[in-house]
Amino acid sequence: MVQEHRANPEKGNPILRLTGISKNFGAVSALTDIDLEVQSGEVVALVGDNGAGKSTLIKILAGVHQPSSGRIEFCGQPVSLDSPSRALELGIATVFQDLALCENLDVVANLFLGHELSPWNLDEVAMEVRAWTLLKELAARIPSVREPVASLSGGQRQTVAIARSLLLDPKIIMLDEPTAALGVAQTAEVLNLIERVRDRGLGVIIISHNMEDVRAVADRIVVLRLGRNNGVFRPDASNQELVASITGATENSVSRRLDRRTGHNGLNGSAT
Amino acid sequence: MNRNMPKDVANKDQALDRRDERIRHDDGLPGALRSFVNRVRSGDLGMLPVAVGLIVISIVFSILNPVFLAPNNLVNLLFDCATVGILSLGIVCVLLLGEIDLSVGSMSGLSSAIIGVLWVNSGLPVVIAIFAALVTGALIGALYALMYNRLGMPSFVATLAGLLALLGLQLYILGPTGSINLPYASPLVRFGQILVMPDWISHGLALMPGLVMVMVGFAVRKRRRSANLSTQPLTILLGKAAALTVSLEFAVYYLNLGRGVPWMFGLLVALVIVLNYALTKTQWGRSIFAVGGNREAARRSGINVRRIYLSAFMLCSTLAALGGILSASRLASSSQQAGTGDVNLNAIAAAVIGGTSLFGGRGSAYSALLGIIVIQAISNGLTLLNLNSSLRYMITGAVLAIAVIVDSLARRSRLSHGRA
Ligand SMILES: Nc1ncnc2c1ncn2[C@@H]1O[C@H](COP(=O)(O)OP(=O)(O)OP(=O)(O)O)[C@@H](O)[C@H]1O
Ligand SMILES: [Mg+2]
Repeated sequence: MVQEHRANPEKGNPILRLTGISKNFGAVSALTDIDLEVQSGEVVALVGDNGAGKSTLIKILAGVHQPSSGRIEFCGQPVSLDSPSRALELGIATVFQDLALCENLDVVANLFLGHELSPWNLDEVAMEVRAWTLLKELAARIPSVREPVASLSGGQRQTVAIARSLLLDPKIIMLDEPTAALGVAQTAEVLNLIERVRDRGLGVIIISHNMEDVRAVADRIVVLRLGRNNGVFRPDASNQELVASITGATENSVSRRLDRRTGHNGLNGSAT
Repeated sequence: MNRNMPKDVANKDQALDRRDERIRHDDGLPGALRSFVNRVRSGDLGMLPVAVGLIVISIVFSILNPVFLAPNNLVNLLFDCATVGILSLGIVCVLLLGEIDLSVGSMSGLSSAIIGVLWVNSGLPVVIAIFAALVTGALIGALYALMYNRLGMPSFVATLAGLLALLGLQLYILGPTGSINLPYASPLVRFGQILVMPDWISHGLALMPGLVMVMVGFAVRKRRRSANLSTQPLTILLGKAAALTVSLEFAVYYLNLGRGVPWMFGLLVALVIVLNYALTKTQWGRSIFAVGGNREAARRSGINVRRIYLSAFMLCSTLAALGGILSASRLASSSQQAGTGDVNLNAIAAAVIGGTSLFGGRGSAYSALLGIIVIQAISNGLTLLNLNSSLRYMITGAVLAIAVIVDSLARRSRLSHGRA
């Protein structure tokens, strides 16, 4: 549970600071008293079991849900993120777990949705050129940007959603399981991309169940468990520590499985 | 960054959007035909049902009664199209959102009553009466949007209540006499009954779409070429423009054998063109399609969803009010019957027959125009056969049912072909 991270000239000033964020859905308290800080030029990984509240936290920051209580500071100023457009205006871009694309519109229309170039006489050519450039950066394999999104594969849609988050020059990017459906090359490109935007001084929050990806890019790993903070780790923390924190017990199904397979050797070499 | 994709490097000289070797590029005339067939097969029917419908209707009715295709009958048909066509245009806006307005008929009736009461009974200038009717329409649309946005009332129910309430209001302001005649010699009534374009204007206007198509087409080609994007083949552009111009000029020539092209129909076409521009070329239109396709995704993209609903419902009711004004001028009266009967369903059926989906997110302004021509052709043909309204209602009802079935089946097919 260490707070220090790799040396990076551009980091230091916090972009986003949450204190005491709680969210109730009726009787369910999805989040209780969450604290989180993201600095510029920093990649924070948010990990936790299914239903731990990761997506809920992201949606609060994206302005999709309103917190039941708590305080959000953006670049030092307290803000209320009361709508998605407010969050986008501030420079908070999000790739949602459920992607949130309009299936009836083509790729270009989805990329620029709500932020079209020249609103009174849409500049389709400029938008299409920008779309191709963005998609190439992500090594996207998309045959045509003029087909409706409904005709794309899951991974292609995910690439479109990621490309969309980059469009508005955000200050912080939040990616909710961005690589879940991606191929090997595309996953590598997304990880490269995360490093590139980090180096440009942006903040990144990434949610992933893939510990390898998390370790590869994260400066800090924040664990949520049952809607509460359950520890902060450095990327070189051992697998055992992380899994214990995620599941809430040193003796858990993951360790039991490992024990079974390695004959009680307690394997955790992959961590270091 | 494309180390893992040598093919991209090999294709560097190709247009930006032509580098994926998997996609078949339908260039040239055979290609265009093939992609049309593919689109139809996957359930993207577009204007096809209308075209087929119109041909079948013309053949059947002209066999039953040759008067059907006489120039003057077609001129009458266009006069009739204008009033309900404008209601249908408003319906397109709300259908694109996946909502509906069942009260456009009543709204048009109310607006026709407002014209009669303010203009004839109270002696106010006609312009003020028209303005009052349009504002009433806008306010009622805003009320529907308010009930939808703030109270979560489904538009189906809100406008069903509106259907009855507005009809009541229409009867109330018309009073016990129930009918007000509008002065025959007034420009408003002449506009609805006799005013047609001079030949040279109608022929000139029929040239415009083709010309604009070619001009815009060339400008777009130039921009796309300089941006290294693929361009539409010249033959297709010119071929389409030529076909369009020839058919429009022939239609105008044929109508001019009779009385000519009604100005009122010209107004409908102008409104269709304006709405088409708004829907396809502006941010507002894009937002309408986005909200109709996936409301939550649209909201998360920063679109003000409530304002989009407000604009669509207001536009729909205002257009309904305009349609009511035109129907008053067409009938030279404001009566209790205005906007009742099959007006409502005809307006909705026209939009659906023209290819606007009831499920939201698909359709176009042109669907109102083409759909209303089909509907009015049926009703005109049946009237020529001296069938009374009982049969007319049944047949129109059946046509609407068929249109909705086609829409549902096409949607199912689109879903399975990944075209949503
Ligand atoms: N809109 C909602 N209404 C009611 N309950 C909700 C809603 N959204 C989330 N929840 C509840 O909040 C809890 C946290 O959900 P959340 O989606 O944040 O989990 P997660 O950590 O993202 O899980 P996963 O790894 O499966 O994506 C769950 O118990 C879920 O049932
Ligand atoms: Mg989640």
